[in-house]
Amino acid sequence: MAAPIAIQLEFGGGAELLFDGLKKHHVTLPTQTEPWDVKQLLVWIQRNLLKERPELFVQGDSVRPGILVLINDADWELMGELDYQLQDHDNVVFISTLHGG
Amino acid sequence: MCQVNEEYHDGLEQAQVPGVSKKCVKCKEASAAVVIRAGDAYCRGCFKEYFIHKFRAMLGKNRIIFPGEKVLLAVSGGPSSCSMLSQVQEGLSQNAHKKLRFLPGIVFIDESGVLGQSLEERQKTVSELQAVFRATGFPFHMVPLEQVLEVPSSVVVTAPSPSDQPASAYKAAVDRFIQRDSSCPTSQEQKERSLPVVQEAHTRLLQQLVGSAKTLTAKQDLLNTLKQHLLVHTARTEGYSKVMLGDNCTRLAVKLLTSISVGRGAQLAQDTGFSDTRYGDIILVRPMREYSAKEIAFYNHMFSVASVFVPSLDTKSTEKASIQRLTESFVTKLQTEFPSTVSTIYRTSEKLQTSCRSSSTAEPSDRCLLCVCAMDTAVEDASAFQATLTSVQLSQVKVPGSCSTKVPGLNQAPVELQAPAPSGQCCSSGGGGGEDCGRAERGGSCCSSTEKPEAIDLKSLLCYSCQLTIKDMSSVECLPQYILSEAKRRQRRSQMREDISEFLLCDGDGDDS
Repeated sequence: MAAPIAIQLEFGGGAELLFDGLKKHHVTLPTQTEPWDVKQLLVWIQRNLLKERPELFVQGDSVRPGILVLINDADWELMGELDYQLQDHDNVVFISTLHGG
Repeated sequence: MCQVNEEYHDGLEQAQVPGVSKKCVKCKEASAAVVIRAGDAYCRGCFKEYFIHKFRAMLGKNRIIFPGEKVLLAVSGGPSSCSMLSQVQEGLSQNAHKKLRFLPGIVFIDESGVLGQSLEERQKTVSELQAVFRATGFPFHMVPLEQVLEVPSSVVVTAPSPSDQPASAYKAAVDRFIQRDSSCPTSQEQKERSLPVVQEAHTRLLQQLVGSAKTLTAKQDLLNTLKQHLLVHTARTEGYSKVMLGDNCTRLAVKLLTSISVGRGAQLAQDTGFSDTRYGDIILVRPMREYSAKEIAFYNHMFSVASVFVPSLDTKSTEKASIQRLTESFVTKLQTEFPSTVSTIYRTSEKLQTSCRSSSTAEPSDRCLLCVCAMDTAVEDASAFQATLTSVQLSQVKVPGSCSTKVPGLNQAPVELQAPAPSGQCCSSGGGGGEDCGRAERGGSCCSSTEKPEAIDLKSLLCYSCQLTIKDMSSVECLPQYILSEAKRRQRRSQMREDISEFLLCDGDGDDS
């Protein structure tokens, strides 16, 4: 059992439009049996935060190509991408590099 | 590409073992923060150094911006152009190692009128950007896109470039500048041009213009053309000789493939190269072309470079909404699997050259009315261009014969401006409704006639790709006045040349006005 963890999510480069135009979100992920990883976080975001057009944010299991992910100010490629296990107070940033957001 | 199978994939993934503790490949001390190319992880400090160096190296290598020259930075509010702005600021700062020596100004073109945004929304974006610009201390110009309706037709004419400067001129200019610099510091007072009041009627006209294009591809193309004209016009009236654009490497890779898809192959070198000389006196420069979108996004995030999100035509549009959009998603998807996709496409673009007349030497009359590139339509009979035309003609043969059938998709008529006819449906309006059409007693092909004096045949004045864009519009009457009047002028000119052709000793002599 993993305790609920509080993390900060940030959206930028136009990705915030899919989240009511709000750039920063402080969220608490509920208790669940396995530890939270980024893959599950994406599912959670899709269910709880995403306001419209999920295909513009996620594709398959991962984020849409062209959206960058930073975990605690570092490239998620260095952190194991989808398999990274989230810690309490982590900061996850999503930046869209696509034209027009 | 399709042959790369799972086995390959395993190898790739094993090569870069993910780990939080990975060290920077450069200083080998600090822990890495960003992966630039596959396997190249940089720490914060080294990444900043690398990023700043690249900008200076780009300008230093190309030696195109002279010291003391006025340079207009085209800032859209997006990450790339804002990053460019911060790099220029960095380069001009007193303690910069190799100081940049030009005089920058900023221009922002507000295109949100096209999107139907309310005045309050527009004002909000503008004031956000103004705050960013004010902080730089550079003079800046806020220009609503509506102003494009009032620019003179000289915009689409290539002005003669001041003079061809030899390579040694750059060095001499630097020396002169250094001497002068020690005596008088070049400080520019910050001039502010706030957004002039936009007339609602103009906004409507602009919306009508963009709305008259049916596809998003043509809309975006048209909007880009208008924006570029307005940029050049602003640069000319404010006395700038260079315009810096924020196109990054990813953008250019997308642009390259898009351009090929929309038939702009001949103009690729101008459209994507470092410097673009099509306007003659104003040179467009793309200093950000070696940065990928990822590098820019990371830099902006890490070093808090402010950028303002401005929605555009393709915001929230689907993948297949336009050719531009589709190409972008193709490239970015490929990029996630094969990290060298963008750089490979981009390197290819560097090597491209046009075989037809170079764009810098073509006569003004040989240039496309819209994109101001050398025309690609004057080619021999056995070319892909002629084949396409023939194919279009063949598929349209039936249209004039059966006058009452409407063929909306294939209608060629919108290409020309029929002075009184509403939207070029003259053939199908039954019994020659348009008076022009009735007067021109020409078998079946009244739509493709070029002999009417008052109708503007835009087609002959456009390059292949711009022809396609115009063809997509329901009416060319919406085009801004400067384009229409220049079209008329060029047409009169060629008409005159034809009329007096038998008195001319050789071709092209009678062009003096």
